[in-house]
Amino acid sequence: MMHSNVILKVEGIGKQYRLGLVGTGTITQDLNRWWSRVRGKEDPYLKIGDTNIRSEQGSSNYVWALQNINFEVNQGEVLGIIGKNGAGKSTLLKILSRVTAPTLGTIKSKGRIASLLEVGTGFHPEMTGRENIYLNGAILGMTKAEISRKIDEIIDFSGCLRYIDTPVKRYSSGMTVRLAFAVAAHLEPDILVIDEVLAVGDAEFQKKAIGKMQDISKGQGRTVLFVSHNMASVKQLCDRGIVLKDGKVLFSGGIEDCVEEYLNEHDESTEHRAQVVWSENEAPGSEDFILLGVKTTNHKGQIKSIFLNNESVHICIETKLLSDLNNMRLNFKLYNSNEIIVFSTSSHQFEAVNKRVGIYNYEIVIPPNLLNHDTYKIALQAGMPGIKQILFSTKVLNFSIEKITSSGTTYSTVLPGVIAPNITWNIR
Amino acid sequence: MKTTQDKWLFEISSKQKLVSFNFTEIWRYRDLLFLFVKRDIITAYKQTILGPLWYVIQPLFTSVIFTLIFNNLGQIKTGNVDPFLFNLTGITLWNYFKQCLTGTSNTFTKNQNIFGKVYFPRAIMPLSVTISNLVKFGIQFLILVGFYVFYLIKGDNLSVSFNYLMLLPLYVFMMALFGLGFGMLLSAMTTKYRDLTVLVGFGVQLLMYLSAVPYPLSEAKDKFPTTVATLVEYNPLSQIIEGFRFVVLNVGSIEVSKIFITLIICILTFLIGLVIFNKTEKSFIDTV
Repeated sequence: MMHSNVILKVEGIGKQYRLGLVGTGTITQDLNRWWSRVRGKEDPYLKIGDTNIRSEQGSSNYVWALQNINFEVNQGEVLGIIGKNGAGKSTLLKILSRVTAPTLGTIKSKGRIASLLEVGTGFHPEMTGRENIYLNGAILGMTKAEISRKIDEIIDFSGCLRYIDTPVKRYSSGMTVRLAFAVAAHLEPDILVIDEVLAVGDAEFQKKAIGKMQDISKGQGRTVLFVSHNMASVKQLCDRGIVLKDGKVLFSGGIEDCVEEYLNEHDESTEHRAQVVWSENEAPGSEDFILLGVKTTNHKGQIKSIFLNNESVHICIETKLLSDLNNMRLNFKLYNSNEIIVFSTSSHQFEAVNKRVGIYNYEIVIPPNLLNHDTYKIALQAGMPGIKQILFSTKVLNFSIEKITSSGTTYSTVLPGVIAPNITWNIR
Repeated sequence: MKTTQDKWLFEISSKQKLVSFNFTEIWRYRDLLFLFVKRDIITAYKQTILGPLWYVIQPLFTSVIFTLIFNNLGQIKTGNVDPFLFNLTGITLWNYFKQCLTGTSNTFTKNQNIFGKVYFPRAIMPLSVTISNLVKFGIQFLILVGFYVFYLIKGDNLSVSFNYLMLLPLYVFMMALFGLGFGMLLSAMTTKYRDLTVLVGFGVQLLMYLSAVPYPLSEAKDKFPTTVATLVEYNPLSQIIEGFRFVVLNVGSIEVSKIFITLIICILTFLIGLVIFNKTEKSFIDTV
């Protein structure tokens, strides 16, 4: 059953890029490459090249944007491709849509692939909306007869009927996008590759666009490869997924596990660190008290910085008391991205008044279903009220909450507000 | 189930075949080809006052200038044909070549936005340029016919050789093949080395003087130094221009063997251009 109807097979795909400027060195390399091909040898530049880690200095001018990518897609399946910026998603999409050829490996397909990496490709400002529908549709692989059959539907979907015989240069940018998306949404290939950033326009149209995407993938039973940053819509639309990291497949499997994997994967190179550790001589604090480390984890103790809104966030703080103190307390403040204090809390209700020298570990638990979809900053401060501060307020870590909706809609349902608790309505 | 296992519709591979020109695929995209042609034609002179009249003005003015310089000043003999008509004939066909060459030589750089986002057989682009220029050529050819009739009524000794008239499409076809092939070759190379775009600009201009456009081939043989004369004679473009003029105006001479050789050169140029173009189209987006 599993292998009965594989429609797309990706085998050992790799893509190498040359970094830096194309200059005088390139012609000698080209000749060198050509000469080895003439002699029937392997390309000498394929052996060198680093894994694609953006923030690190590489050893050569060649980089592998993708390395050894393998996966299969079955007929009618919706596959999500997720990964952080620079993970190789776009490169993979470009190879799948035949914009560029892979350096290594093959892709075999049983159906026509149409890709939507951008809407409105080939729109000509001097031509009317109707003429552009034909041109754009043909560029995307439709025949003239197919477009003629659907033209009324397309115009209707775009909502630009009144302007359809006006040159596109007179359109507002929103109208152009609507028209372009309308054409794209009426493609009927065997395999559709969609980049979710396509859903643009005003809120109403966005809803329409995502609804249409959902229709295409769920309703019409088409094979879809879906690329997105929005975990909520990925979860809604896809059956299976692959997670890319630094040009390699980090994980592939059921979509739930993929999202989990993606959220857990933390990237040390960004500000979004899930853990900080200080050595004793550079630790923040004073001669009485220092911070040794802070980390954010889930309830299983896995260190991560992006949490789902239905998970609890555990903040673990390791401190060292350097002298015996009375009445000291550790204060915790949570700021949201607008620098508003969401809440603050203090340790003094939970610990002894007199404390001896030693290492103290604190764990603060933020309950699930409390915080809204946002990035939060943790600020710590310690002191003895009315006497002195032993740790000036410092922002130590950030973490994010990703909201997963349960309402069955895929478009983002982030409600305004500092917090987003589960509220019950009783209606009589 | 087992039987369908190996029936793939197509394969994207890193391996490059020498010739992988997919005619069936181009045929499937024929609607796109004609939509591009339509786009080129209707958008060429949008928001200009004279519009399509520019198609007419360009060759006429060039012919007038050529007549003044080469025939009045330079005393080049054009047989029993009026120099203006002689020049107009040459320029009409030369313009077609020039438009095809310059139009296709920047295929990749000009269309990198579209090529970077969506796949269709890339050869559609240069083909559409060649076809839409054929329409322009048709308009310019009608002007030529108009002047031809005018000189005929004026009483000039013009004798069209009806036996050879069927060669006319062949010459236009050879010009199209040569312009397309040469243009595709250049377009493939400009993706990496932009120097060529500069070269094409004035190179075409210079090439015209070596292609027997403003003078008959016989004059070249008489007056040029032998090396240059040979160069002009063996230039397939001068053979095409000379032959075209022979068919239309009955000046100069043609030989069957030369027509064949020229045709073979044109087909070869086209094939070489096509192969190089196909090699480039797969991954030019990384280097452009």
